[in-house]
Parts: sequence; structure tokens; C-alpha cells
Amino acid sequence: MQAVVVDHINKCYADKVAALRDVSFTVNQGEIFGLVGPDGAGKTSLFNIMTTLLFADTGTVTLLDNDVENDYKKVRSIIGYLPGVFSLYPDLTVEENLRFFATMYKSSLKDNMPIIRPIWGQLSPFKTRKAGKLSGGMKQKLALCCALIHKPEILFLDEPTTGVDPVSRKEFWDILKSIQKQNITVVVSTPYMDEATRCDRIALIQNGEIIKIDPPVKIVKEFNGTLYSIRVKQIFETLDVMERCPIDSNFYPYGEYVHVVFYDKDTTTIKERFAAFLNENGVEYTDMEEIAPSIEDCFIELMERRDGVQY
Amino acid sequence: MVFSIDVQDLMKKFGDFTAVDHITFQVKRGEIFGFLGANGAGKTTAMKMMCGLLRPTSGNATIAGYSLKTQSKQIKKSIGYMSQKFSLYNDLSLFENMQLYGTIYGVKPAILKERIHDSLEDLGMDKYANKLVGSIPLGWKQKLAFATALLHQPDIVFLDEPTSGVDPIVRREFWERIYKTASTGVTIFVTTHYMDEAEYCERISIMSHGKLMLIGTPTQIKIDMKVDTIEEVFGKFVKR
Repeated sequence: MQAVVVDHINKCYADKVAALRDVSFTVNQGEIFGLVGPDGAGKTSLFNIMTTLLFADTGTVTLLDNDVENDYKKVRSIIGYLPGVFSLYPDLTVEENLRFFATMYKSSLKDNMPIIRPIWGQLSPFKTRKAGKLSGGMKQKLALCCALIHKPEILFLDEPTTGVDPVSRKEFWDILKSIQKQNITVVVSTPYMDEATRCDRIALIQNGEIIKIDPPVKIVKEFNGTLYSIRVKQIFETLDVMERCPIDSNFYPYGEYVHVVFYDKDTTTIKERFAAFLNENGVEYTDMEEIAPSIEDCFIELMERRDGVQY
Repeated sequence: MVFSIDVQDLMKKFGDFTAVDHITFQVKRGEIFGFLGANGAGKTTAMKMMCGLLRPTSGNATIAGYSLKTQSKQIKKSIGYMSQKFSLYNDLSLFENMQLYGTIYGVKPAILKERIHDSLEDLGMDKYANKLVGSIPLGWKQKLAFATALLHQPDIVFLDEPTSGVDPIVRREFWERIYKTASTGVTIFVTTHYMDEAEYCERISIMSHGKLMLIGTPTQIKIDMKVDTIEEVFGKFVKR
């Protein structure tokens, strides 16, 4: 049985362009499945449909064989949902919030403590504090506890790390891995490309369409082109020069480097030809080498190929 | 050397809690300065003080040549600000949004009209001037918000997580705009959670628990700390 089956989902809001266009994918039980894409790609609409909060125009979603429209009550009992906005009661304490959600699901703190123990350990020193007075990171950990307290089989997390600093983001993904070990299926969305590598499989989503579904390793393997990284002194000035490069290529800043993707089939002489071009144009550079692409490189490449559908 | 931003021993307390703990630093004219730190490190409080929106408990700063303590009104006229949740009106058109902001900042109507026209043309959005902002993609809104913050030709522009949530291509296009703007002499003060973007800044600083932990060029910081990436530097200071 698949944990999640999304089948040909379409959604259009009044007077707007389509939010979701023919979206289909499946999630295996015990998998961490990532929906990776920018704001406005349709991630939240998809989450709302999967969690029974919104009807699709056409198409179906089943969670462990339960239809999200016909069997919505059953669905609600087997899923946990962490929405993108903080949705706990700010004027209840940490413990009161947790108890409230446990009671709503006819569960208790005691019964399901083992599931939340790894997170609760960090949260318990603040258990008498009002939820509204917690720091951002702690709020999020509490929300995660509340979403887990009824021992769901599938956990949905809508952009849990957006706007969170890199160190806290890493901690959060460590927690997700520990949740996965308890045989809970995790469906999580993120705008951060680097987090994609922590998922078993990812779906890259853009403008309401899924442009790729695969394990991150496979996406990287299928990168179409030869990627070089070079270090230059003036990144953005150099980009202007590269506009004039006669070799079929795409280039963009990548931290302290510039990444250059060559589509030219003659890969053996590319490095020499490109070096010659840079020298002719007086660009000083160091560390020019062929590298393996990251998920971000792949996303850029996939999007560039679909150029023109942007707006 | 006259600094565009000159912060001296700036401190802010909320009750017993010291949100900004005696920070001192300078930013040169036309520099791109990255202001990094974990959530809750005090970045927003510091930025609010620099923009004249929050009174410091002690210390002072000179922003675009004006004293924070006595000339906060002039400061507000000399700076542009773009927030993370950029404040464009969805039910006004691109042109109307720009007209509204430009007028608030006191740009003369005839000049404003011309600037809006040039600005939209530069963004490649002139064809869409009469479209409602609510109907354009997020990446466009972000670029539009940036251009809007520049209409009154400020000396400094403060960008608070300007690229949060946008796709990797738009993120890079946005940085190209930042560079273009800085090259005309506008000082850029920017916060971000993307560590690759820290590399695009001329200098960065890292704040932790209200204190300014370090400041320098990304390259020099990495050499000093003997690490390969800014992410590692960040990790060292943000460990709790």
C-alpha cells in the first residue's frame, strides 16, 4: 500500500491562473518525500488538498487507501499537519497546548510520549511558558509535538524551515530523520534546495507543475550539461563579460564561485576554449574545474529549459 | 573617509533583556554589507534603530550623515527600506503602487512619473504597468518592491531578507540588481539566511545574542577562521 497517492490533481482559483496542473505522484510508506520549489509554485495548495482542507477541481488523493474527500474523517485521524503559519494558541502554555491537541484526538501525553520524547527534551524546560512567548525555533518544535501527539501515520509539514537560520534548519532535519525511524511517512515542502538532499525522493515543483520526481542522487546524475566552477574576483562584472562567450553555455553566481554549464558536445576541448575566451577578455580567474552539480544547479537547469512559461 | 553608516556603541534593552549589546561598525558609501545572524540574534532590532523606527537605549549612529538621536526625520528621507513581507498593495497596479510610495516620499509628480517609467522599463515590466500587483509572480513583486524603495533616490537601502522563498534564478537576478544599484553609489545593507548570498557581499558581519561577533570580507573571515565556507563560520558562532 502507498502512503500517499496523488492522481491528476488540478486546482484553479477564481480569476487566477491554474495553481496546480495535472499533479500526480506517490509516496511510499516510511519515506521522507520533499516538495521543493519557490513561493507561489503551488506547494501550499497541494498540502491543503492532501490534508482535507481544500477540494481539488479534478483528480483524487488517497492516503493509505482512504480518499481525502469521501473518507475525510478517517484521513484526519491518521495524519499530522504542521501548517506554514504558526497555528497554536499563544495564550495557552506549552503543556496546555499539547494536552489540548492530545485530547482532541482522544489521545494522551502519557500514551504517546515516546514519539515526541526527542523533541520534548528540548521543550520541557519551558512547559509552563505561554506558547506566544516562545522563540521562533521553540514554537516550531512545539507545533511539531502537537502534530505528532496522536501518533499519526503520515506527517505533513508545509515549509517548516522557511526563514529559519541554517543551524536551526539542520537541527530540524535531524529531528525529521528520527521521526522517520518510528515508521512515520513524512511529506515536507521547502524552498531551500540544499534540504532536498535530506529527502529520500523529491518532487521539483514550479508554476503548479511537477517538473521532476526522483531521488536527489538520480536528479543530480541526469544533469544535462558539463558543469565547471571558477573563482573570479568580481563576480557580477564577470557575468557581463560571459554574455559574449561564443560557447553554448549558461552561467550564474554560486556563492564565491561562478558556475558555468556547457551544452557544447565537444567536452574534451571546452576547458581550453573557455580559458582562451577568458584570457582574451582579460578576466582573471583561479580554480577552474569540472564539478558535480548540486540540486540547485539541477533546478536552475530544469527551469531554464522551460523558460517562457514563467508568466 | 565619511561613512554611509557609522554605528557607535548602539544598545537596546527591553526590560532586563539586552536585544542589541553595544554594537559598533561602519559601512562605506556604495558598499554591499551583509548583516547575518541566527533568528533572535538582534538583527531586526538593530535595523529598526538604524532606520529611525526605534529609539536606542544608549549609543548613537550616523546614518547618511544624520544623527540618529536628533535627526531621525532626515534619516527616514535618506533611506529606502524593503521588508521580507514587502508591503506592496495587491489591489493597486504596478504604476499605482510606485506612485503611492514616491508621493509619500515627496517626489515631485512630474519627476516621479518619469522615474516610474524608467524604472518599469528597466525591469522589463513597462507593458504590465496597469496590471494589479496581486496578479504578478512573487519574483516580480520582489524586484518591484526593490525598485519602489529606490524611487526617492535614497543614499542607503535596507533589505530585510529580500530573497526569502523565491526560486534560485530569481534570487540571482535580484543580486544582479543589487550590484547594479550599488555601482551607482547607493549603500546596500542586507540580511539573508542564504549563506551563498553572504559571499556576494563585500563585507559581512555576524550577530549572536545581541553582540557583533565578527566583521570582514567573506574571504578574509574564512582565512582567519581556517574554514572553507561561510556556513561553517556561521555554525561556530550560532551554536547554543
